[in-house]
Amino acid sequence: MFNLPLWLIPVLPLAGAAWNGLWGKRYTERAVAAIAVGAVALSFLLSVLAFAGLGGEPRIESYGAWIAAASFQANFNFYLDPLSSVMTLVVTGVGLLIHIYAAGYMTREGGYYRFFAYMNLFVFFMLTLVLAGNYLLLFVGWEGVGLCSYLLIGFYFRKNDAADAGKKAFLVNRIGDFGILIALILLYWTFDSLNFSQILPRAAELPVESDAVGPLTLICLLILMGATGKSAQVPLYVWLPDAMLGPTPVSALIHAATMVTAGVYIIARSGPLYVHAPDAMFAVALVGGVTALYAATIGVVQNDIKRVLAYSTISQIGYMVMACGVAAFSAAIFHLVTHAFFKALLFLGAGSVIHALGGEQDIRKMGGLRRSMPRTYWTFLAACLALSAVWPFSGFFSKDEILWEAYSSPYGGVGLWLLGLLTAGISSFYIFRLFLLTFYGLPKTAADAAPEPAGLEAAHSAYHLHESPPIMTWPLILLGMLSLAGGWMGSPFLFGGSDPWSRFIAPAFQLAVIPGEGAPAHSAQTEHLLMACSLLVSFAGLFLALLLYRWRPALADVLQARFRGAYQVVLNKYFVDEFYRFLFVRPLVIGSSEFLWKGMDMVAIDGTIHRAARRTGRVGDTLRRMQSGNVRSYAGWMVLGAVLLIGFLVMWTV
Amino acid sequence: MVPLSYYLILSAILFTLGVAGFLFKRNIVTIFMSVELMLNAVNLTFVALSYSLRQLDGQIIVFFVMVIAAAEAAVGLAIIITVFRNRESLNVDRIDLMKL
Repeated sequence: MFNLPLWLIPVLPLAGAAWNGLWGKRYTERAVAAIAVGAVALSFLLSVLAFAGLGGEPRIESYGAWIAAASFQANFNFYLDPLSSVMTLVVTGVGLLIHIYAAGYMTREGGYYRFFAYMNLFVFFMLTLVLAGNYLLLFVGWEGVGLCSYLLIGFYFRKNDAADAGKKAFLVNRIGDFGILIALILLYWTFDSLNFSQILPRAAELPVESDAVGPLTLICLLILMGATGKSAQVPLYVWLPDAMLGPTPVSALIHAATMVTAGVYIIARSGPLYVHAPDAMFAVALVGGVTALYAATIGVVQNDIKRVLAYSTISQIGYMVMACGVAAFSAAIFHLVTHAFFKALLFLGAGSVIHALGGEQDIRKMGGLRRSMPRTYWTFLAACLALSAVWPFSGFFSKDEILWEAYSSPYGGVGLWLLGLLTAGISSFYIFRLFLLTFYGLPKTAADAAPEPAGLEAAHSAYHLHESPPIMTWPLILLGMLSLAGGWMGSPFLFGGSDPWSRFIAPAFQLAVIPGEGAPAHSAQTEHLLMACSLLVSFAGLFLALLLYRWRPALADVLQARFRGAYQVVLNKYFVDEFYRFLFVRPLVIGSSEFLWKGMDMVAIDGTIHRAARRTGRVGDTLRRMQSGNVRSYAGWMVLGAVLLIGFLVMWTV
Repeated sequence: MVPLSYYLILSAILFTLGVAGFLFKRNIVTIFMSVELMLNAVNLTFVALSYSLRQLDGQIIVFFVMVIAAAEAAVGLAIIITVFRNRESLNVDRIDLMKL
């Protein structure tokens, strides 16, 4: 029963994608959705079976040689250990809920079958990525999700900015992919193999590169480069906010279940390499911590509901990367799981709101949705509390574990802990700002339109406010329950829990430990204290949001006016996009158009060919006059030729 | 015994006459005859040399040339007749439709 081959898990969504992509146009929307959802559902079922059948040893299945060239060998092999098993569960489980939701959300949007073909393809590539048994196959999935993100972000390809956002996502990801590719070459060069089952144990035997920069450090830094692209970390995070131009379920899929978690996954998977390269480790922690704080600050002032969530994702992924950077891989993956729950919920809830408001995404124009959309309201609240890390919601456990590890791990320190703590407070603030502006107060646009505030009823009729259909709210409710309860699987000993999570995931990271270098002992008291700190900070953020956006709304404007300069800088995302455009995009565009296009192509290449053609034409023009059509002139030419030939022969022979 | 040079000079004169006729005549039949004249001038050379060198090769080649000339005459005359039927003229200067 549990021995069903692993390849079925990714192949089912692939089959769904192929079916819908090739023949989906002929079927009704209902049939298309049934195929797509069914494929992911079956895949989820198989993932559960695989999870249940997981033994102590990683399960490796090989399906034959892929590339065999001299000593280089890459196979189609899958590798199932607790880490990849959890990842498949998240990808297919959360992916399934998003698919179901999308079946309701995408009706009457056009391109229904195309949408689901891409979505299934996305799930396929992500499953390939997490199940791959070697780095090369992982890279296939890695590139594949990049491709699918391009297709899905640019789904509304008639809108120019959506198409541009798709291109941006793809190009920025390519920069990171370049790093991964070099890392692959270095890995092969160092280990003569690309299989996890060979590399990881051998890496664990290598000495720690604490003094000199060796191949491991290089590999790890390059993998980090790839991860910053895929997981939207500083400095390659710029594609993710723009990715919001895709349909909302896509944002949920990219941000929660797939894609952005790939970077965290690859770092966690390469854990044994990282712990032997402390410098790279520190870089990872720094990138994660800085990204977490940086993105959170931008999230505070954004006004587009999906953009706030996008920056929140970047920030939360920053947490995970930071956790990887302090060798707390288990905590990182734990947060990845809980984040998948609540961030999928946030996006789907936001989609529900946008749906109800007929496409409005500006939170300043929202408000008062609490009564008309009770299910969305309650589930959204659960997600916000989870994101703010309020006990007993899932985010509390995972975030707290990360903060604790950041403080106590030999790789961490107070600095990282403070970064994380500050981010926690800001996260709590921006998410409740979003929440309060959306669900409380009066509907803004309607209030402006009607001189006499006619109350909620009028606003409802003006907007045709309505709760989303059950096909969209049920995934919300399920995700809400997961956001509420999902953290208990990792409840630490302090709460009397047995922490089944850590015990389960530990075998995946047993190689990612330097023997004899345990965490310095910290008392339970310290842990309690830190926990109290983070709870306090979360509530402080929540309270501040309540103060500014519920109790004293005028205060927000005053503050905004007072700190006008800073506000503008943050509102414009620290002008990073402009900076990149100035530093990279513009020189490239100018270089290619002025030099490569107008110089190389038009003058050197085309010019040469054009000149040759013109010259030939001119010669032909002259010679053409010989062909007068007059027989006697031909005769004359012939005689002339004969005379010359004979004369030449006579001269030659004499 | 007539010396070889006489034959060759006669042959050269005949050939030159042929070339001249070929170049300067407008009547297509005359041009055709000039071509025959040139061929026969060459034939004369072959025969004369063959005789003086006591070798039969030249004479054999002459037979070939005569056969080809006959074939050529047949084809050529056929073309000339067709041209005349179409254009009612034998002036080569007016048969110039093939030019660009």
